Amino acid sequence: MPENCIYVARSSAIAARALAGEMMVMNSADSTFFTLNEVATAIFQAADGRTPLREIVRDRVCEQFDVDPEQAQADAEQFVTELSSHGILLVSHQPLASETPR
Amino acid sequence: MIAAPRKAACVEIGGIPIALSTCDEGFLDLLRRRYDGFLSSSRPQFELEFDLTSTELASDGDVRVRREGGEWLLQRGDFRARWDPRSGRGSVRQDANPYSLDSVLRIVHSLILAERGGFLLHSASAICDGRAYLFSGVSGAGKTTMTRLAPADITLLTDEISYVRPNDARPNDVCPSSDPQNAHGYHAFGTPFSGELAKAGENCAAPIAALFFLEQGPENRVDELPSADAVRRLMRNILFFAEDKGLVDKLFATACDFVARVPIRRLTFYPDSRVWDEIRNFHGVPEHA
Repeated sequence: MPENCIYVARSSAIAARALAGEMMVMNSADSTFFTLNEVATAIFQAADGRTPLREIVRDRVCEQFDVDPEQAQADAEQFVTELSSHGILLVSHQPLASETPR
Repeated sequence: MIAAPRKAACVEIGGIPIALSTCDEGFLDLLRRRYDGFLSSSRPQFELEFDLTSTELASDGDVRVRREGGEWLLQRGDFRARWDPRSGRGSVRQDANPYSLDSVLRIVHSLILAERGGFLLHSASAICDGRAYLFSGVSGAGKTTMTRLAPADITLLTDEISYVRPNDARPNDVCPSSDPQNAHGYHAFGTPFSGELAKAGENCAAPIAALFFLEQGPENRVDELPSADAVRRLMRNILFFAEDKGLVDKLFATACDFVARVPIRRLTFYPDSRVWDEIRNFHGVPEHA
């Protein structure tokens, strides 16, 4: 998958709440539960299905955190792949309709 | 043919009066005895009609709670019930088994509470010096032990299922909080649902001062819990059966709110009565707001 073509959107099957600076995400279908760190939260919140992942990493991650851009992109791809395997994020080569409000 | 007249007993748990009606005098007598201490003269907000089968039903199989149209359908081997949340009425088909009755009532309360920002928690709870403490944990962690070790001035709310409601959802406050810090907190109520102790809780309520997740160890110690761990443990111990995304989302929001407002700690305890000194001296604040 060419990395500049990745689009991510939050699934409608999840519930998410910020608490004490952490984002907690639960898959309502099977009650699996995830805690996101600051960088992952920034990507999760920006996952609107229309903004390419590379743009999210550039604007939301590299702008706000002291990270190497290539490493940040690789970590972001790994992160979205993992969350999509749990039904938290939807990943596509095409723009997606975001299933949940921001 | 003239239908047998229905008679009802109003059972009020958690400040929510529900009329339980039946044509069977023997069953009415059973539920009056079972919920003695929780019988109420309040005007019922809800009604459950019981129709009894003459054959004994097996309580095997998992409970299923799902929406069917605007109603909830509750099913297990030993009962089948319908609950209409709009009219506040439901019907139950079961044999004259008190355990089926308890289960149906718990599920209906869990549905009502989920809509009102409360929940039933698999935990013991008790009132100490006017404040309620909840004790949860895996099976064998010490919930019943904590209640057995309680000094005489402790009021037992339950050794098995705690009833939790937000303060602002209580129009008729049974036990108003004098602590302004608890104004937006939660109350714990007594329940008739008992575990190993086989003893119903007292029918009263108090503002919740803390929820402890229990572990037994060589000494008494209170430790903080990271917020994610607190939410995860809380969700794991909330009694909830409905297959419904909207209600699960609501429950998750409630769990996060509870963690933000109520001190939640890990309590490692050596099983003797000194652990209650530790609890009496606990004056923690929420770590997760």
